[in-house]
Amino acid sequence: MSELNTNNRALKWFEARLPVVSFLDHSLGTKYPAPKNLSYMWNFGSLAGIVLVIMIISGLFLAMNYTAHTDYAFNSVERIMRDVNYGWLLRYIHMNGASFFFIVVYIHIFRGLYYGSYKPPREVLWWMGLVILLLMMATAFMGYVLPWGQMSFWGATVITNLFSAFPIVGDDIVTLLWGGFSVDNPTLNRFFALHFVLPFAIVGVVILHIWALHEAKSNNPLGIDMKGPNDAIPFHPYYTVKDLFGLGVFLIFFAYFVFWAPNYMGHPDNYIPADPLVTPAHIVPEWYFLPFYAILRAVPDKLGGVLLMFASILVLAALPWLDTSKVRSAVFRPIYKWFFWLFFADCILLGYIGAMPAEEPYVLIGQFATAYYFLHLIVLLPLIGWFEKPKPLPESISAAVSKKSKGGHGPVPANAPAQEKA
Amino acid sequence: MADTAHTAHGSSEGESRRDFLLYATTAVGAVGAALAAWPFIHSMNPAADVLALASTEVDLSPIEEGQAITVTWRGKPVFVRHRTAEEIEMANAVDVSELRDPQTDEERVQKPEWLVAVGICTHLGCVPLGQKPGEPKGEWGGWFCPCHGSHYDTSGRIRKGPAPLNLPVPGYEFIEDQRIVIG
Repeated sequence: MSELNTNNRALKWFEARLPVVSFLDHSLGTKYPAPKNLSYMWNFGSLAGIVLVIMIISGLFLAMNYTAHTDYAFNSVERIMRDVNYGWLLRYIHMNGASFFFIVVYIHIFRGLYYGSYKPPREVLWWMGLVILLLMMATAFMGYVLPWGQMSFWGATVITNLFSAFPIVGDDIVTLLWGGFSVDNPTLNRFFALHFVLPFAIVGVVILHIWALHEAKSNNPLGIDMKGPNDAIPFHPYYTVKDLFGLGVFLIFFAYFVFWAPNYMGHPDNYIPADPLVTPAHIVPEWYFLPFYAILRAVPDKLGGVLLMFASILVLAALPWLDTSKVRSAVFRPIYKWFFWLFFADCILLGYIGAMPAEEPYVLIGQFATAYYFLHLIVLLPLIGWFEKPKPLPESISAAVSKKSKGGHGPVPANAPAQEKA
Repeated sequence: MADTAHTAHGSSEGESRRDFLLYATTAVGAVGAALAAWPFIHSMNPAADVLALASTEVDLSPIEEGQAITVTWRGKPVFVRHRTAEEIEMANAVDVSELRDPQTDEERVQKPEWLVAVGICTHLGCVPLGQKPGEPKGEWGGWFCPCHGSHYDTSGRIRKGPAPLNLPVPGYEFIEDQRIVIG
């Protein structure tokens, strides 16, 4: 870690004892080199971090007025909406914040898929991201239980029952999760405790995620490594300002939903207090779980559906090996590019099927969409890597940028390395 | 010549334009952050249901002379003591100028036989003893705070110990001869 450029004696004194300022400068400041060609697709990581902070702060202030007891939970949320100063705002920020967290993270993930950000040397970075995704899902699910509406209760019942599919130990696990014979007050109590603590576990893994990122440095739209100072610019001020601009645009969308359509992404049935004797006619999870829910329903077997749903996320951990192409970015992969968009459309379709009732033709479409999801990842990706002839890669980020600015996408010299070294 | 002058003029204009945008954006960001922080802070202030507390009505007729009762008002104990003639005399027989928080007894009561005061010690908020028979009333026959040893007299004034002020008198009025409304 190099010296901090300052003449401030107090700061120097402090730096010698706790070098936190130079640490920040190296991590997010003027000493962190970032590829100079990052597009706005690279905004969503910092946005996800900011939304995580928004969720933790709004959640903390909500917890000051929430009561985790089956007799009071629903009413305490209504009290937040009616009596607590700006309570409606805090709750709508937290509710819609969860949706926007998933929007931002899904864009972040598809960015990684398109530009090959999971490939060497960023495999561990990718795994940390998957751990974050799993923690996010668990956290969002348990938070959704807290208002103790109909969707909360039946969602909790269904999701905890997933574990009953496992042979021998299944029922014991479910009883352990519930703390009783059904979803009841002990369940609500522990879900509140876990919903409070898991976001801090997410913060911990996010730190590992950024740490891994800083070892490998950012990928970029070209998918080639930075080769020299010409390819890089310091993170601050160039990307701090770009991230702040992106934040401004993001907040416009976020504010629109918070103030004008706060319940658009929610489900009205959760405004009915939980009733253990009546399941609502049409029970669906929150929208960001729909693709996985569709995979679960596609299999007409209890254990099979559960396993396939978990597999749909776990299989992503093997992506660095399933994708056999040595070229990272889809920009230079004429065949993969199309299959990427097919895969993207398939995920959207799965989400749509998840929202539809379990009847024909949705069941059949859901089964095909599920099959294609795994076909893409397990069969097509390795094959495309073998058969595809990638376009020639540019010599360097700098060369590609200056070529572009001269107004041409012309062919790269034949002696340019066709493949990025792994 | 005119061209260079124009160019120089243009570039300084560009710089001031950039400065203006920087300051304007920073200002909007700072104001926005402050405005966004306010709802979070204000949410910790008393909510509407907490503010909607009723006043408390007390029927004085069952309280015998020399007896005291404690009623709850806004979550706090309010002492209501039916003072004896002796206690009223003790409350009046004080050189007000020697008190830490100088107040005459008349300033603290509406009718001399009824003392109404918030039963919260002005030191660090404990409830003083002396309401029930057998409890220590302190060296001045009023109340004694067990937390840090403050003594109050029969008018609820601070006489000894760390408390800085007399027991506060809440706003109350007699709606009938034997009935008061506090708050």
